Amino acid sequence: MARPPVSAVYILWLRQLKRYIRSRARIIGALGQPTLFLLALGFGIGPTFARAGGGDYVQFLAPGIVTMGILFTAVFTGIEIIWDRQFGFLKEMLVAPVSRLKIVLGRTLGSATVALIQGSIVFLVCLAAGFRPAHPLLLPLALLFMALIAIMCTAIGTAVGSVLQDMQGFPLIMNFIVLPLFFFSTALFPVPDLPGAVRLVVRLNPLSYGVDGLRGALSGSFAFGAATDFAVLCGLAAILLVIGAHLFSKIEV
Amino acid sequence: MMTAIIEARDLVKRFDRFTAVDHISFAVPEGVIFGFLGPNGAGKTTTIKMLTTVLAPSEGQLAIAGHDPVREPLLARRAFGIVFQDPSLDDQLTAAENMELHGVLYGVPRVERRERDEAMLRFVGLWERRDDYVKRFSGGIKRRLEIARALQHQPRILFLDEPTSGLDPQTRNQIWEFIPELCRDQQVTVFFTTHYMEEAERVADQIAVIDHGRIVAQGTVAALRQQTGGRTLEDAFIALTGHSIREVEAAPIDRMRRMRQVWLGRR
Repeated sequence: MARPPVSAVYILWLRQLKRYIRSRARIIGALGQPTLFLLALGFGIGPTFARAGGGDYVQFLAPGIVTMGILFTAVFTGIEIIWDRQFGFLKEMLVAPVSRLKIVLGRTLGSATVALIQGSIVFLVCLAAGFRPAHPLLLPLALLFMALIAIMCTAIGTAVGSVLQDMQGFPLIMNFIVLPLFFFSTALFPVPDLPGAVRLVVRLNPLSYGVDGLRGALSGSFAFGAATDFAVLCGLAAILLVIGAHLFSKIEV
Repeated sequence: MMTAIIEARDLVKRFDRFTAVDHISFAVPEGVIFGFLGPNGAGKTTTIKMLTTVLAPSEGQLAIAGHDPVREPLLARRAFGIVFQDPSLDDQLTAAENMELHGVLYGVPRVERRERDEAMLRFVGLWERRDDYVKRFSGGIKRRLEIARALQHQPRILFLDEPTSGLDPQTRNQIWEFIPELCRDQQVTVFFTTHYMEEAERVADQIAVIDHGRIVAQGTVAALRQQTGGRTLEDAFIALTGHSIREVEAAPIDRMRRMRQVWLGRR
């Protein structure tokens, strides 16, 4: 029998996309938080930020907010493995004559695509709130960084979703993984003026490189350097994917 | 003598110190309907999990259509279709999309896949509802769709784990009516588990009775009755195990054993 290797990955990618498009409530719900942050912080802290000499805060904040949209969507779509487990579909995937690596790959690419779309919608919201990218020609680079962030965050979601048995651990994930990743990244504040310890944490946070890459592509100035951001993101995405795939392969139903 | 398509030899599964399946051996000839009968917690689901590559045995040998499920899981998986005890459909997809996903995962070529989708959905009477979302289906319809899906890739073996649990008597009746038909039409060997005597008696060509992880008897329904001198399978079961299947079902120790199995199995 013919065994087309890409098809299994493709059909699982397509499944994630279909599930996303069909849950309009989720699309809108997932827009709420980033929009709230953008409006409240952008316009609330904006004037103080400007007076302190930081410039236009919305210009600074927008890439962080886009990253937030990607982070949340990617992690939660990755964690959907728990739903698959509870609703039984996981069993169907696990007894299929397809290696678990392909299943993880299909799921991850699907979830990452969903997160990328969601991030793009957040980007449009930022445009509506007054954000302007510095160099339109760098937009493809921005998209590349968004994709890398999406893959990395989905891999985190896959890893966590493979280990958790049910949604009871959900607040734990939110408070101890997702929110710390977001708050201790470069999303909300510039790095140079931070106290030493915080700066260290921020520099160790993988998401910082995502935000910095995206901010650089949108505003033209990188704090860590485009090459560093790119290398760190690629490396971490690969490592996290391997970890996620490994944990997924250990699942028993 | 027909050749065996499923073979288990001295199969053992231990969870910590608890032995769920204790040195069982059986052979299922190709083309038969094989009933695996026993009370809840007897080790039926654990056995089916080992046969279907989901769980690794602690000891013993297995062959599924000639393949070792531990060493050649992908080859073994191609040879069977399975309907689990609980639904395993994606209910945000339509019936047809669930079929398509299955066909692609099993590497069925496109043209053949479309033919099979239609044939199987017609067979279970769901062709007209192919574009409905699964979340709108009742339990019985979902079970039919799962049977259609399990047969999509033309497996040689169909595993049914308690295929009628949670269904109303009417739907249960329907399912058992078409399983023999399906076995003939699709030329598939059926291996099912049940704790309902009457179901095993009704459709199974051969039966293995499992109790506390051991096979206490196996053979045709007639042979079992003859062997024990009982008039019904129920009599035979009591003669073999010393208790009725219903009593055991309600015994607290078995309920605990089952919960333990569930918890440990989930890890």
